[in-house]
Amino acid sequence: MSKRIEVKDLNVYYGKFKAVEDVSLTIEPRTVTAFIGPSGCGKSTFLRTLNRMHEVIPGARVEGEVMIDGKNLYDADVDPVLVRRQVGMVFQRPNPFPTMSIADNVLAGVKLNNNKMSKSDAEHLVEKSLKGANLWKEVKDRLNLPGSGLSGGQQQRLCIARAIAVSPEVILMDEPCSALDPISTLAIEDLIDELKAKYTIVIVTHNMQQASRVSDKTAFFNIAGTGEPGKLIEFDDTTTIFENPHVQATEDYISGRFG
Amino acid sequence: MTALVVPAPTSARHLSKAVMWITAGVSALVAFGIFAVLSAAGISEGFNIVAAVFVSAILFVLLSYVLSRIVEGRRKASDRLATGLVTTAFIVALLPLVSLVSTAFVNGLPRLDPLFFSSSMRNVVGQGGGGLHAIIGTLEITLAATVISVPIGIMTAIYLVEYGTGRLARAITFFVDVMTGIPSIVAGLFAFALFAIVLGPGIRFGIGGAVALSILMIPVVVRSTEEMLKLVPNELREASYALGVPKWLTIVKIVIPTAIGGIITGVMLSISRIIGETAPLLIIVGMSTSMNYNLFSDRMATLPVFVYTQYASQGSDAQAYIDRAWTGALVLIFIVMALNLIARLVSKLLAPKGLR
Ligand SMILES: Nc1ncnc2c1ncn2[C@@H]1O[C@H](COP(=O)(O)OP(=O)(O)OP(=O)(O)O)[C@@H](O)[C@H]1O
Ligand SMILES: [Mg+2]
Repeated sequence: MSKRIEVKDLNVYYGKFKAVEDVSLTIEPRTVTAFIGPSGCGKSTFLRTLNRMHEVIPGARVEGEVMIDGKNLYDADVDPVLVRRQVGMVFQRPNPFPTMSIADNVLAGVKLNNNKMSKSDAEHLVEKSLKGANLWKEVKDRLNLPGSGLSGGQQQRLCIARAIAVSPEVILMDEPCSALDPISTLAIEDLIDELKAKYTIVIVTHNMQQASRVSDKTAFFNIAGTGEPGKLIEFDDTTTIFENPHVQATEDYISGRFG
Repeated sequence: MTALVVPAPTSARHLSKAVMWITAGVSALVAFGIFAVLSAAGISEGFNIVAAVFVSAILFVLLSYVLSRIVEGRRKASDRLATGLVTTAFIVALLPLVSLVSTAFVNGLPRLDPLFFSSSMRNVVGQGGGGLHAIIGTLEITLAATVISVPIGIMTAIYLVEYGTGRLARAITFFVDVMTGIPSIVAGLFAFALFAIVLGPGIRFGIGGAVALSILMIPVVVRSTEEMLKLVPNELREASYALGVPKWLTIVKIVIPTAIGGIITGVMLSISRIIGETAPLLIIVGMSTSMNYNLFSDRMATLPVFVYTQYASQGSDAQAYIDRAWTGALVLIFIVMALNLIARLVSKLLAPKGLR
């Protein structure tokens, strides 16, 4: 049920400022793709175009095509709300809804869309999603307490549970571990490995080891200078990128010579 | 007094708590002494307790600064001076409030009896009578004004924060700002003129007062709600969008519930702002000595106007009128306090739990 994403000649703008230029790449179903690159090169910006979250920002717009299973996301007849139900997202900072309990947070995607659900179905979905996010054991006794009472790492896994509860086909993660300790990071990396069996995953990370541990493919983005648009420099199997990259800039970045 | 100087290897010398208390006691003694002498000598009329408290606070600040400068050195002394000044400012701000409440309480107490809450002023020229008609009138008109203002105010704020960009939003913000400054008498005249055009001259009824009060209330609701909605982190909105929740549902189910505590507090503040308005009600609602529970016809009594008329047109037994005026004022204060307490409770119950 996961899908292939094909991006063709994508330009992304914030008003007049072109943040990302001319990106083309294909993401295969049931793989993990990592985006790496120096700060400000447009990784988050590009990631957010894959579920039309980019246009939430006033003045932001996109040129080009993003095809998911042959259908262009940016066609006029596509409803961004429906796109986002298929392409879930986990943000850099954990953001559980403060007004809701842990269980309600997991159910948020379903409940907020006014879908009625029987109590047993709801309980089942909560358990399944929390187990899927490796959080069930830690919170099963306090499902009715507020989600903001959890630790940062637990909150992030709660957000992952919330994202998978609406059964998306693709999950986008923007530096999901940047605010977490090594143990939580490891838990999330293991989780990504498990989720890969069902979902297509795209992850932005600043951590080279993480990229090489979790991803099948890696995309390296770079930026020529401030005010210039970010570009896709190299996109290949993770082993190739990390062992013998074809572009000098990639090698410099990976070996820590800049960025 | 062994505690005056406490030498410790790692910390500098410092004044102990006991010394500060003694300093405070000495300042109070001196200040109260001065004012007691002044009043005994007949220079000031009676013992001026407000001035005495104020002077003792100032004395205490100066005294502790000097002491601290000698014992603790310059940095600590400045710290004490700043703390003292801030505290004095707080006391100065509090004094009128305490004085006001206590005066209203002392003067209002004589008529704070069951009769006041069970009768109107119908056929009363001397003692007796009460403010029931005015209490009911105030509650009804305020409720009607709230019912009109809160939906309009909250929806305007939602438009401004969540949807509004460009000219229209700027125009609305500008007009809301202008409305904030409208004198209440103008709001009353506006409502009067409006209803005079529609329903003929000389019209007086409760709902007209509610409309006039709404004009004063809406900008307050818009402003406070706007601030509260702006405090809701954008991340929550994005998290909701990313789950495929449409914008309007995100607003209804995420943004508003997150901000609801603050919104309610704002609404309550706006009610407190209008519940004591006198001028507009005098114009469009008028006054009545008897019960009228119908907002849509005839003059109605309201507490502020009740207080005003009791004071302004005293009958045969002047003291009875003045007593009723004070009790009316006291009841108004009670109503505002009760509303504030309820608002606090409600916003506490509804506020997001476990926020860091
Ligand atoms: N809301 C915005 N409005 C205008 N410009 C923006 C906005 N968000 C990002 N940008 C700009 O777009 C460019 C790309 O930013 P982006 O956040 O995508 O970088 P990034 O690669 O994710 O960086 P990091 O690794 O630091 O997260 C930057 O130049 C940034 O200043
Ligand atoms: Mg980023």
